[in-house]
Amino acid sequence: MSEAFDAEITELAGWSTKETSEGSQELFKRQETSKDELGREIGSVIQLPEGITLDPSQIDIDKPDDETMIINMGPQHPSTHGVLRLMFELDGEVILRTKTIIGYLHTGMEKQAEQLTYVQGSTNVTRMDYLSPLHSELTFSLAVEKLLDVEMPSRATWIRMLMGELNRISSHLMWLATNGMDLGSTTAMIYGFREREMILSFFEKTTGLRMNTNYIRPGGVAADLPDGWEDDVAVICDTILKRSFEFDDLMTGQPIFRERTEGVGGLTAEEALALGLTGPLLRSTGVPWDLRRSMPYLAYDEVEFDVVVGTYGDNFDRYSIRLNEIRESIRICRQILEKMPAGDYRVQDPKVTPPPRGRIDESMEALIHHFKIFTEGFKVPVGEVYSAIESPRGELGCYIASDGSSKPWRMHVRAPSFVNLNALPVLLRGGLLSDAVAIISSVDPVMGEVDR
Amino acid sequence: MTIASTPSLPGIGVSAVLFPAPSDYAACIAALKADAYEMCVDLCAVDYLGHPGRELPVGVAPERFEVVVNLLSLSKKDRVRVRVQVAELDPRVDSIYFAYPGVEAMEREAFDLVGILFDGHPDLSRILMPEEWEGHPLRKDFGLGRVPVQFKEAPGPR
Repeated sequence: MSEAFDAEITELAGWSTKETSEGSQELFKRQETSKDELGREIGSVIQLPEGITLDPSQIDIDKPDDETMIINMGPQHPSTHGVLRLMFELDGEVILRTKTIIGYLHTGMEKQAEQLTYVQGSTNVTRMDYLSPLHSELTFSLAVEKLLDVEMPSRATWIRMLMGELNRISSHLMWLATNGMDLGSTTAMIYGFREREMILSFFEKTTGLRMNTNYIRPGGVAADLPDGWEDDVAVICDTILKRSFEFDDLMTGQPIFRERTEGVGGLTAEEALALGLTGPLLRSTGVPWDLRRSMPYLAYDEVEFDVVVGTYGDNFDRYSIRLNEIRESIRICRQILEKMPAGDYRVQDPKVTPPPRGRIDESMEALIHHFKIFTEGFKVPVGEVYSAIESPRGELGCYIASDGSSKPWRMHVRAPSFVNLNALPVLLRGGLLSDAVAIISSVDPVMGEVDR
Repeated sequence: MTIASTPSLPGIGVSAVLFPAPSDYAACIAALKADAYEMCVDLCAVDYLGHPGRELPVGVAPERFEVVVNLLSLSKKDRVRVRVQVAELDPRVDSIYFAYPGVEAMEREAFDLVGILFDGHPDLSRILMPEEWEGHPLRKDFGLGRVPVQFKEAPGPR
């Protein structure tokens, strides 16, 4: 199209016919890509630890550039679990190179956290990983409490554990549902959502909200467990444990499912460690690393559970790990039911915890504390702290640098999905394009947490 | 020269906080990697622009930026934190991509949001912000509310 015609079209129609530039998001031809970048895209960073010596003409892709195809997937692809964009170089159906492009859901939550007080902060972090909001709240609260140096009442600790484990079950059920969907099993999708609904109903009863609960806060939890919670949790545990075996009937032994998951998306322990992968991805390679066991927080050293590990690091291992972690979480929940101590659900420090409603009418001091907490917030001593917990996706960390005011100077969240997505070039290389959907799903990325 | 300290709040399971000089940063990381710290769990950058009460051990000259690296040893069940000072005028520090390939995305994030330049990084480009974005939003002097709403057809104020 000529320049003049293009200008005419632009003037008449009001839109341009020119292509937009994708800048460095584009997956370029191999000859135009720098060697370091190329090494990353073909996932060879691990194989070449002593500095990357790849040359675009030396890499082991024997197809010339004009016989391969560069295609784009996403960001609106239904199986990318949100807005993840991938670019592949394909040789027929085999993936040679992958470039992951993220940032479509970036809303500046770390910047926002600097404008919010510590009291408001948990409403912000809970929106990061929207499938396990309670874990985001927990890691933030643990970091703030470490800075404040307050001791939690034991009931608050156990309530946090109970809610965290229920959230882990619901998150893994959601994963089973969407993973089944990605592999073409709509029944698994219905099953997973059905079971998850029970837990979300319990969340609604306890916290008032199904998601983004803002239940775990610095200083304890927002409210005590509702009356009759023991029965609710017992029913949830019994039902989901029974129904978790329906997934075995439906998926585990099914030839099509095994065919599509066994040996697909293989990963070794060395690769996982070098890439900083945590959670089911790391455990699927046989590394028994679970922060609940290895570096216990809350009261995880007082409950019995097994750390589920895999052997081959493939999709099937990651599936079985998540399915069995549901059962382990149920085991933990049942122990919590027996051991739940009585007492306070939040710390009785008037500087951190707002006074109960009844006291505000009687006591001037309570009114002042209430007003100060909800307008100015509480002040946190100078310091910096990193707290880490095991979320359903891996190590969820929170780094807070405090300048002594009531707002964090800097809050950074170490999002497991963000790091785990790095593994995609390694996992996808040499696989089929049709398996890409299954492999992306097995990483279990939550894009709200990736982009924050 | 690396100054080690154990501040009052090392974090959960963090045994030491190290303050290497910027020139020793890469060597310090390589030594820690050899010392069974197998995994780099987190890397982030902090802008301490005019931080009033910042605690640093004696001998560490405060600079405006700081890169914070959290390393994890699975065999020793231990964490160590490395804080390196980065000068304001030339915010440049060595990349630790050679030791931990997983920091690739984290260093890009630190570049994108705080504007730290990492020497030796394979592809230091924006990762979260749009390609043509100007400035680094997590810097303290990045104006808030200065950017107009980006919806093209948004109706004006009534």
